[in-house]
Amino acid sequence: MTTQTILPVNTESLQATSLRNNEPNWLTELRLEALELASQLELPRLEKTRIDRWNTQSYGAYQESTVIDSLENLPVSVQGLIKDEALEGSLIVQHNSGVVYTHLSSELAKQGVIFMDLHTAASEHGDLVKSYLHKAIEKGENAITALHAALWNGGVFLYVPKNVEVTLPLQAIFLTDEEQSTFAPHILIIADTNSSVTYVDNYVSGEIEGNVVHNGSVEVFVKAGAKVRYATVHQFGNEVTDLSYRRAVVENDGVIEWIVGEMNDGNTMSDTSSILKGNGASTDAKVIAVGSGAQKLNYTTRAQHFGKNTPSQMITRAVLREQSTAIINGITKIEHGASKADGQQTEKVLMLSPKARGDANPILLIDEDDVTAGHAASVGQVNAEQVYYLMSRGISRTEAEALIIYGFLAPVVSQIPLEGLRTQLQALVERKLGR
Amino acid sequence: MTTNFVIEGLKASIEGKEILKGINLKMKGGEIHAIMGPNGTGKSTLASALMGHPKYEVTAGSVLLNDEEVLEMAVDERARSGLFLGMQYPSEISGVTNSDFLRSAINARREEGSEISLIRFIRQMEAKMKELDMNPEFLHRYLNEGFSGGEKKRNEILQMMMLDPKIVILDEIDSGLDIDALKIVANGVNAMRSEDRGFLIITHYQRLLDYVKPDFVHVMMQGRIVKSGGPELAQRLEAEGYDWVKEELGIEDETVGQA
Ligand SMILES: Nc1ncnc2c1ncn2[C@@H]1O[C@H](COP(=O)(O)OP(=O)(O)OP(=O)(O)O)[C@@H](O)[C@H]1O
Ligand SMILES: [Mg+2]
Repeated sequence: MTTQTILPVNTESLQATSLRNNEPNWLTELRLEALELASQLELPRLEKTRIDRWNTQSYGAYQESTVIDSLENLPVSVQGLIKDEALEGSLIVQHNSGVVYTHLSSELAKQGVIFMDLHTAASEHGDLVKSYLHKAIEKGENAITALHAALWNGGVFLYVPKNVEVTLPLQAIFLTDEEQSTFAPHILIIADTNSSVTYVDNYVSGEIEGNVVHNGSVEVFVKAGAKVRYATVHQFGNEVTDLSYRRAVVENDGVIEWIVGEMNDGNTMSDTSSILKGNGASTDAKVIAVGSGAQKLNYTTRAQHFGKNTPSQMITRAVLREQSTAIINGITKIEHGASKADGQQTEKVLMLSPKARGDANPILLIDEDDVTAGHAASVGQVNAEQVYYLMSRGISRTEAEALIIYGFLAPVVSQIPLEGLRTQLQALVERKLGR
Repeated sequence: MTTNFVIEGLKASIEGKEILKGINLKMKGGEIHAIMGPNGTGKSTLASALMGHPKYEVTAGSVLLNDEEVLEMAVDERARSGLFLGMQYPSEISGVTNSDFLRSAINARREEGSEISLIRFIRQMEAKMKELDMNPEFLHRYLNEGFSGGEKKRNEILQMMMLDPKIVILDEIDSGLDIDALKIVANGVNAMRSEDRGFLIITHYQRLLDYVKPDFVHVMMQGRIVKSGGPELAQRLEAEGYDWVKEELGIEDETVGQA
């Protein structure tokens, strides 16, 4: 059975929007090709998840956004997300289809760091953008990636020149609050040789009447010896279907570190991959998630080893309440020739209600002899013996359960190197747990 | 007010099988009672039933702590009204630090708004840990996770000291302890002796009782207290084993049995 993708936009209007936005020709062409692909491709097949039954249609249309000159003109909810460092440093805010605020610290600008919306970058740094855009996540992979390539808007372009070490995190915020606006930011990060950078972003929604699809892509290119730390927190309301692909291509001795906080209230497909191309390249991915209500969640972390001596470490911990369902996949793929690769992964699910359902699928695919790999997966309920032990010291049942739940997430949360992010995640976890 | 703890006709079963077949025991503040008995005779079951472990169903009897019915209370209420059980096999809880756990336990006994200050708490905790010769690093370790057998037992005693209970039940607190640790733990118990605190110490060995002198010794068999006496009873059991007790009482199989 093939399900025809219903296109949210036709060729003429896509072309017209691209022209009106003064996009370079190559980009207009790319979008049109992608739209053509989208009409032929199907939704990805996800393990035990009927994504075809989700709302994956509510794309709305591209709407122009008005640039703001002061952060005070942002909704209050968004202002609270801005980290202190970013206030004085570097911040990009996207509101619906377009970026409305951009600030790059002058110090970073002097060092040659580029931090702007991807749209502007496509004109001002056309060659760079053209040679990397959709190279990690290809437009032809499935209907979602194709539609993304056709429709992406706003977004972030971050380029860190050779040997530049950026100490303060750069931040971006993506806000959707209009169901008629396409919301498809694309993040493109290039960390040149021996550079290092931390980038943190937040995905939020305001009051929405209908439904919105967030179709987002993150592509990170980590050059030799470079180090990128990418932290992201998704906290969309239940009107938003979140379809997110993140992928890093890591060259010799490069490092990609992912920190993903899945705190949405709506259905979510989240796929985070690291391609360890170069020798000595490494990845560390941490995902923490809380599901509630009737949420359907599908989280994948993936490490693909091509280079020799490539370590990968992936951890996902999910707490599920109410009737939420989560399918958690960990895929370690070690290619032939990737000798001395080491792939480790853990997926753990804690279910708080008899109606919650969690599934952990660790997969090791190994085509090389000289490697080490391991996985651990567990799905379980709050341990009654532990609750008894805590209660036997006078702690109430509610408090005992809370300690156990936070304790379940703590080994991952405590490893998050950014304090502001850690605090934010803790607060979101509490909110999602309804406490 | 001195503490009064009265167990009367306590019966308990697990998965439909009756394990405790009518326990009677009276304890007062200031007293130390020892319970001895062969394996599988219901000692830990008694401790668990008193604390309110969800797996054990109490089918008859009453347990009064200062005239209040303990059996009607939830586990946490029992603890807050003064019951403490140092467990034979304490749980390990990942992600919850020893200090967060103990602070929650102390604050559970206080009114909202009058929680113990962090500094005071740390000071108290460090002082007690010193008494027990525990490395202060254990404050920040996850609760019992990866603790050695002896470290877990010391951690139970630490909790006892911090929580200041009225009735302390210690289930094989001496097992897994080396000789030095045994002395330290015994000192901890002795330091806690007071007129309004009673102890019920379950043990297999006279050695602990050399350090912590019991006032009464009880022998459990077949889910009952079958014999009670003074400290000399423990000494005789250590020297001669249980056969003479069984013979005296005409017991063939001392365990709880399948019947
Ligand atoms: N969860 C359970 N399921 C089935 N039987 C149980 C369970 N817990 C205890 N029992 C049985 O109850 C009886 C008494 O056990 P208990 O642990 O109270 O003995 P004990 O006197 O503490 O022994 P020990 O000296 O070895 O610690 C044993 O026969 C034991 O097998
Ligand atoms: Mg026992």
